[in-house]
Amino acid sequence: MAEAKHNTEDYLRMYRQMVRIRTFEDNANQLYLSAKMPGLTHMYSGEEAVAVGICEALTDDDRITSTHRGHGHCVAKGAEFKEMFCELLGKEEGYCRGKGGSMHIADQSHGNLGANAIVGGSMGIATGSALRAKLLGSNDVTVCFFGDGATAQGLLYEVMNMAALWNLPVIYACENNGYSEYTKTEEIAAGSITARAEAFGIEAYQVDGQDVLAVNALTERLVDRARKGEGPFFIELMTYRYHGHHVGDINREYYRSKDEEKDWKENRDPIIRFRAHLVSEGIATEEEIDAINAEIEKDASDAVAYALDAPYPDPSEVDMHVYAD
Amino acid sequence: MREITLSQAVNEALAEEMRRDPTTFIMGEDVAEAGTPFKVLSGLVEEFGTERVIDTPIAEPGFMGMAVGAAMTGARPIVDLMFGDFIFLIMDQLCNQAAKTHYMSGGKLTVPLVLRTNLGATRRSAAQHSQSLQALVAHIPGLKVALPSSAYEAKGLMKTAIRDNNPVVIFEDKLMYQDKAPVPEEEYLIPFGEANVKRTGSDITLIGTSSMVQVAEKAAEILAAEGISAEVIDPRTIVPLDEATLIESVKKTSRAIVIDEGHQSFGVTSEIASRLNEKAFYHLDAPVLRMGAMDVPVPFSPALEDLTVPTPESVAAAARKLCGGEMIHAA
Repeated sequence: MAEAKHNTEDYLRMYRQMVRIRTFEDNANQLYLSAKMPGLTHMYSGEEAVAVGICEALTDDDRITSTHRGHGHCVAKGAEFKEMFCELLGKEEGYCRGKGGSMHIADQSHGNLGANAIVGGSMGIATGSALRAKLLGSNDVTVCFFGDGATAQGLLYEVMNMAALWNLPVIYACENNGYSEYTKTEEIAAGSITARAEAFGIEAYQVDGQDVLAVNALTERLVDRARKGEGPFFIELMTYRYHGHHVGDINREYYRSKDEEKDWKENRDPIIRFRAHLVSEGIATEEEIDAINAEIEKDASDAVAYALDAPYPDPSEVDMHVYAD
Repeated sequence: MREITLSQAVNEALAEEMRRDPTTFIMGEDVAEAGTPFKVLSGLVEEFGTERVIDTPIAEPGFMGMAVGAAMTGARPIVDLMFGDFIFLIMDQLCNQAAKTHYMSGGKLTVPLVLRTNLGATRRSAAQHSQSLQALVAHIPGLKVALPSSAYEAKGLMKTAIRDNNPVVIFEDKLMYQDKAPVPEEEYLIPFGEANVKRTGSDITLIGTSSMVQVAEKAAEILAAEGISAEVIDPRTIVPLDEATLIESVKKTSRAIVIDEGHQSFGVTSEIASRLNEKAFYHLDAPVLRMGAMDVPVPFSPALEDLTVPTPESVAAAARKLCGGEMIHAA
């Protein structure tokens, strides 16, 4: 694996954050399957190294914009399980007081400007956040997460043009999980995705999105350069979505094979790979890692139990927050 | 009092607020050296520089989306949309993103931005540069909508819009940019949701917005010569709407016509008329009439275009019928 952070604490935090995402998603999926969660949701499982590798290179002052598949970004940027599960269940103590739900979860205290249910809908927001940083002389960087499917939206090319013209501190992070909803990426994307950014004079990179250290090393370098005014940058992260497009997308064989899913899960899983690395490098023992996993599982089940019991918003909240004072 | 054009009034409002608040900036097409095709922004780039008066590529969804992101993170962008018709290009960023962010975040994120654009037909600009689309955005909760009817309102409403913590859409009447009105030298703001009674009367209430305020005032003069006393009210903002002032007037006059340059069907006139029917029904002596633009794309030919919008004569004619009792059995 590529080398990035060298501190034991950093390595363990990255591992922990990836497991927290996987565990959060396993619990969210169970809530959906047991009909305890209203609506539907989109699982991030399989893509953990992308969110964690990137967000570990950011500070709380740095902003991100997220997607409909946004729980991973939210956790990686520092959110707590309790408020997240409350939000998924539409409870008052959720990050958005139950008004956003899975597809709009935001946590501005850690710089997460929010998930977005319009594919590609936050590309303008991310680029505008970077424009604000430049105009007001702030030192923060904004990362715009979006999927391969969103590269078909025209907005991306409008804002990349402006970001490049004005050297904005924004990093476009394209999570290429191989599928645009139920359609293979190669059927919706002509040519090369990175070449599209390069056409605007934006430096573009492709990286193994299942290798958290590779993602982190690249992002650290680009964030540092973006802070110096050398942005924008574009990263295409090659990754894989373990679940369907959304939790209800169970029978997937008409668009991808079970063998393909098995191969990614068994041979390229970002958590299994990083765990093996931690053990082989002597950073943690198997027992220590098992203890971390168990602790996270307990945190998650406690948070789920808390959220299930938590109150819904009072009916009087229905027309609150339409307008700010 | 000095008189300045609506264009100068907008320019002054922007300059004053940009001096006051360093987080404000303007972005849009040809806003800097060109000062927009209507020359409303001339001189601002010389004072504030290209950092704060930003010429964008022709990419309305892109720069509108960027304004949303800048607003969410601490700036107060003023977006210049060259023609109101281009609102269709930015609908996702305006209605799905800007309008809903505060609510969807449970009140944690705010989007203090101003979208300034225009409305108004009879400029011989045909169907894609002449629409009055205020009803379209007024329909979406989370957006505020201001419709200045003169230089005085244009300045006072713009300053309030820039200080508001919500996305505000201001439609200026593009035919009124060179019209002068008295505008005080000293600073003033016009609060949102406060209608202005332009003329008092006792027989009928004419509620006009933006370009239609002048039409209503001229109609009132025609009617006065005939002995009909018309009250003219300019709501100034349709979101929020000063219902109380409108209802109070209609309770007094018992008759009302609502005039707006947007298409009549499903429009601003329909909404205001419905509210008057619901809340002043027993005070009405006649149905509340709607007078909007005809439900046709705006035609190019002057011979046709002039037929599509209400005029002082058509408003006066309708008022005459209402006051003469002709409309009572219209249904």
